[in-house]
Amino acid sequence: MKIAVQTQTFDLGIEVAAISQGRTDIGAIASFVGLARDMNEGSGVHAMTLEHYPGMTEKALAKLVDDACSRWTLLDVTVIHRVGRMLPGDSIVLVAVASSHRGEAFAACEFIMDYLKTQAPFWKKEETPKGERWVDARASDDAAAARWNKT
Amino acid sequence: MKLRVLYFARLRERFGMAEESLDFAGVTAADLVVHLQARGGAWAEELAAGRAFRVAVNQDIVALDATLPDQAEVAIFPPVTGG
Repeated sequence: MKIAVQTQTFDLGIEVAAISQGRTDIGAIASFVGLARDMNEGSGVHAMTLEHYPGMTEKALAKLVDDACSRWTLLDVTVIHRVGRMLPGDSIVLVAVASSHRGEAFAACEFIMDYLKTQAPFWKKEETPKGERWVDARASDDAAAARWNKT
Repeated sequence: MKLRVLYFARLRERFGMAEESLDFAGVTAADLVVHLQARGGAWAEELAAGRAFRVAVNQDIVALDATLPDQAEVAIFPPVTGG
């Protein structure tokens, strides 16, 4: 398991290779990379800054990974989330999940992202032509997380 | 009880501080919110009923009826927007 909150960027290929390095029991690795966009809520965004709550962030991410491991049989998980100032096209977040079969890897990867969006203490501030603005939470993110509670 | 109270993102900017130490006579997170609302201005606006904010006690998000332990680290912040 690897959980990191960092200012520097990451390389998807290196992270995925690190998961499978030296082992032959993994049958599937599902990964997700979230990127900074140049447009949001109808206006241009030329940069964004991600703030977080040091201490709680790492704890919240570890809990997400623990929850995923209790729901599915996972062989490894990597979560990297960047903080600080980012430009459009920059990578923000990486989740990679290894399992014996694809079904568990896909499901756990989506679960971790859905809960990260609603539980991990990160906040985005965008720089737009009209000035800076804090991004508002989306109701659709709460709905995406809530569907995992359905039995 | 003594509390260390942290503010993040929009709330940190609107309140003009990232953290403070409080000597607090209440019991629950809701009591603390009422105490802070009474400062008026941005405090009253941002923490008004119906405004969306979250409270964490010792780095776990809690409901407003949660009891605050002495020496707790309490954080108040907007709904999260990472990912």
